[in-house]
Amino acid sequence: MSVLVAFVAAVLVGCGTWLLLQRRLSRIIIGVGLLGHAGNMLLMVSGGRRGTAPLIGTGDPAGFSDPLPQALALTAIVITFGITLFLLALGFRSWQLTNDDVVEDDVEDRFIARQQRVDRDIADEILAEAAQAAEEDRR
Amino acid sequence: MLLFILLTHLAIGVAILGSGDRLGRRAFAVAALAPALTVGWAITQASGVIGSSSGGSGMSDGVPVSFSWMWVEQLGLQLDLRLDGFGLVMVSLVSGIGLMVCIYAMGYFSYPKPGTARLAGLMTLFAGAMLGVVLSDHLLALFVFWELTSITSYLLIGNDDRNPRARAAALQAILITGAGGLVMLVGLIIIGQSAGTYLISELLLNPPTDGVIAAGVICVLVGAFTKSAQAPFGSWLPGAMVAPTPISAYLHSATMVKAGVYLVARLAPILATTGQWRVLVLSVGAVTMVIGGLRAMRQYDLKLLLAYGTISQLGFLMLMFGTGEYKIAQAAVVLILAHGAFKAALFMVVGIVDHEVGTRDIRELHGFGSSWRPTVVVGILAAASMAGLPPLLGFVGKEKALDTYITYGDFTGSGVVLGVIVVGSMLTFAYSARFVLGLLGHFGVADKPNRSAEAHAPSAMFLGPAAVLTVLTVLLGLAPRLVDPLVAAATTALDPTASPSTVKLWAGFNAALGLSVLVIGVGLLLVWKRAPVARLQRRFSDAISWIPSAERGFLVALRSVTDGSKRLTAVVQSGSLPIYLLIIISVVAIAPLIPALSAWSDLPPLVDVPLHVPLAALVIAASLGASIVKRRISAALMLGAVGYAMAGFFIVQGAPDLALTQLVIETLATVLFVLVLRFLPTRWADRSPAVARPIRLTVSVAAAVSVFVLALVAAGSRDSVSEANISVEMIARSAPEAKGNNIVNVILVDFRGLDTLGEITVLVVSGVGAVALARAGRRRLMLGSDAADEVADYEWSEHEPVPSAAPVAGEMDQ
Repeated sequence: MSVLVAFVAAVLVGCGTWLLLQRRLSRIIIGVGLLGHAGNMLLMVSGGRRGTAPLIGTGDPAGFSDPLPQALALTAIVITFGITLFLLALGFRSWQLTNDDVVEDDVEDRFIARQQRVDRDIADEILAEAAQAAEEDRR
Repeated sequence: MLLFILLTHLAIGVAILGSGDRLGRRAFAVAALAPALTVGWAITQASGVIGSSSGGSGMSDGVPVSFSWMWVEQLGLQLDLRLDGFGLVMVSLVSGIGLMVCIYAMGYFSYPKPGTARLAGLMTLFAGAMLGVVLSDHLLALFVFWELTSITSYLLIGNDDRNPRARAAALQAILITGAGGLVMLVGLIIIGQSAGTYLISELLLNPPTDGVIAAGVICVLVGAFTKSAQAPFGSWLPGAMVAPTPISAYLHSATMVKAGVYLVARLAPILATTGQWRVLVLSVGAVTMVIGGLRAMRQYDLKLLLAYGTISQLGFLMLMFGTGEYKIAQAAVVLILAHGAFKAALFMVVGIVDHEVGTRDIRELHGFGSSWRPTVVVGILAAASMAGLPPLLGFVGKEKALDTYITYGDFTGSGVVLGVIVVGSMLTFAYSARFVLGLLGHFGVADKPNRSAEAHAPSAMFLGPAAVLTVLTVLLGLAPRLVDPLVAAATTALDPTASPSTVKLWAGFNAALGLSVLVIGVGLLLVWKRAPVARLQRRFSDAISWIPSAERGFLVALRSVTDGSKRLTAVVQSGSLPIYLLIIISVVAIAPLIPALSAWSDLPPLVDVPLHVPLAALVIAASLGASIVKRRISAALMLGAVGYAMAGFFIVQGAPDLALTQLVIETLATVLFVLVLRFLPTRWADRSPAVARPIRLTVSVAAAVSVFVLALVAAGSRDSVSEANISVEMIARSAPEAKGNNIVNVILVDFRGLDTLGEITVLVVSGVGAVALARAGRRRLMLGSDAADEVADYEWSEHEPVPSAAPVAGEMDQ
């Protein structure tokens, strides 16, 4: 582990986040890829010592690199690939439907957010009731 | 048997609800079975619970009936039911009046509407829950039943679900009592935890003295005040009067609203001298008693008059039970019985008037014919008991209350409270008289229709329950010794140290009698001068109208909550993916920084291996490039470059398997990228608003910094625990146990085989999804252009009515 490697991981995260926050699905996919690399790199370098390949019979086991983070990172690489594959299929579908890959705002959510008070609130109901009662009381 | 009683209520209630509207008003006959059974059982238990000795001869030797069932032993949760003297008083109220109300409801709902049977079912469920409240010895079980009464009350008030007033009133009731219940739960837990027991019977023997109890006391009292409609939480009770009269008579005068009083009565002997108990209970009770009385005096609706009267009486009961003095509590036990009897009877009379005349407005009542005489007499007697006139049970209770307060009220402020009780009793007299005068037609307004003259008198069965209760009021007033053993047992149950005195109708010439005479005298004056009094009251209420009332406060709070939640939803649910991600990433970036910075240690070496430098340069350049370029293919290729550089890192690290996998996967991914991206436009234009760029940049940099710090802090954290390093064990066991020389392989397929299975599953799922998405498009393309247009039309015109194709075809055939 060194400052340099930590810095590389940080740059990968920064670029990945930047791309993830974009509106284009293709950029988001690339961002996911970069974040995946960053994760693997952190896993590797924070996981354990560097050394020779952990293959029994090739040398002294004491000099082996840590095998467990490698196994985890291997899993992570494959899963990142699976996600990329699925997102690419989504991008393909998006192109089929809209000829583009922009991630639009959710129309339903926008509608809810901008919805004015369509229905009378129950509080209004009671308030009107109370006002009417007070009016009757005055008479 | 205790549990059986509760389960019977549940079974009967569910059965009635399950039968829908088929039973009609006969549902109340079925519902009456539950309280009838309870009353019968209570009578068989009474002699044992009350014991042989009566009041005046000292301690009662009654033995409570109890039942205990361990529910969750590990959590100490058990169902403890206990029927003692005070429980018996409450059971006689809940089930005795419940039985009367069920019979009365058969007359009231002579023309059942849809939903009438539901009322019977819910009422039975409520009765079961209410019995649970008064029979629970465990505070948490009491809380559960308490909330059940709130829920059933909500359903009963809002049973007429097409009526917006009913819905609003039901909501108001459950919001106030529910919120109070939650506060109470906190208080109960504080008390239970600091006392080490949740059993009321054990608390009574070992009163907790811990300092935090004071906070628990306040919380519990808030719950009791909301339930018993005390100021300033009483606004829901008048609203609840939209419920049918049998429901109001049962829940909102005789039983449920007494739950708060019940809890105060139970806890007062334990907690009265703790914290602010007395100050709180007595001041709230005093304010409630006076305000409720004043408001009752201004009502034209007989039912609302009774509702405000109930609030006032509940305040009175609080003033009595809240002292924690058993002598005063004994008077309160008499009062709680008297109130149950006369208030239920009064509500029934109002219900009869409403049912037969069609109005409850005293301005539209012009006096009844002679056939109504029994009803009017019942109403007058019950109201007289409310006013505290001899020789009725209400008088016995009030007389004893005044007497005990004068004799035993030796705590701070007891004189003031006594004054409040006297004033409140005068007001009670005044509104009782208003009720009677209204019933007799003295408030009838000439230009309002006279609907009372030709109204049919109620049938005997309709009036019967109210008459029975009134007979009881008279009988027990004339012969209080009949109720004396029960009252004595109840007092002893509340406070084991009590030695209750005898309840008498005539206690000789004493100060209390003088006060009673004063109350009646001033009360008569208030009635005689009622017109000027009403003017004065109106002027007074106009003068203080600038003070926001509790109702208004509740409504404003309710509205600001709904408005606020709408605004909050609009902010947090904007529908924009970048904004959602922005919030998530900001949290993820900032949250770990705080513990990370506190664990800061020495910096690791600047550069580990020289070969890292060129690889790092490649990764940084390619990833920055991927973020900046405006061509899709270029960005994808740069991502590939990062991947290959990563493979280099893996080789340097000593991980050839990883490097190999990375190379294969990266190649495959790049091919896929090119396959998809060739469809999309080569470049993109940035359409985001200008403000988005700096925000995105800031968050990205923040995330990067956070990861940088985290990586440095976590550097080599695994090496520092090398003794327990699982990898050492894995290296050692790889060959002998798993017969594999490639340790990473062994870990993947053997030591962590399930992990790999999960990974394969993810791949399969995403592969199936990707294929489905790709093929979905292919099918569209094969449909031909017409069909595709049609599908597109359908998708775009969702909100417009699409004429059905079938009738058109039919017309063409013709």
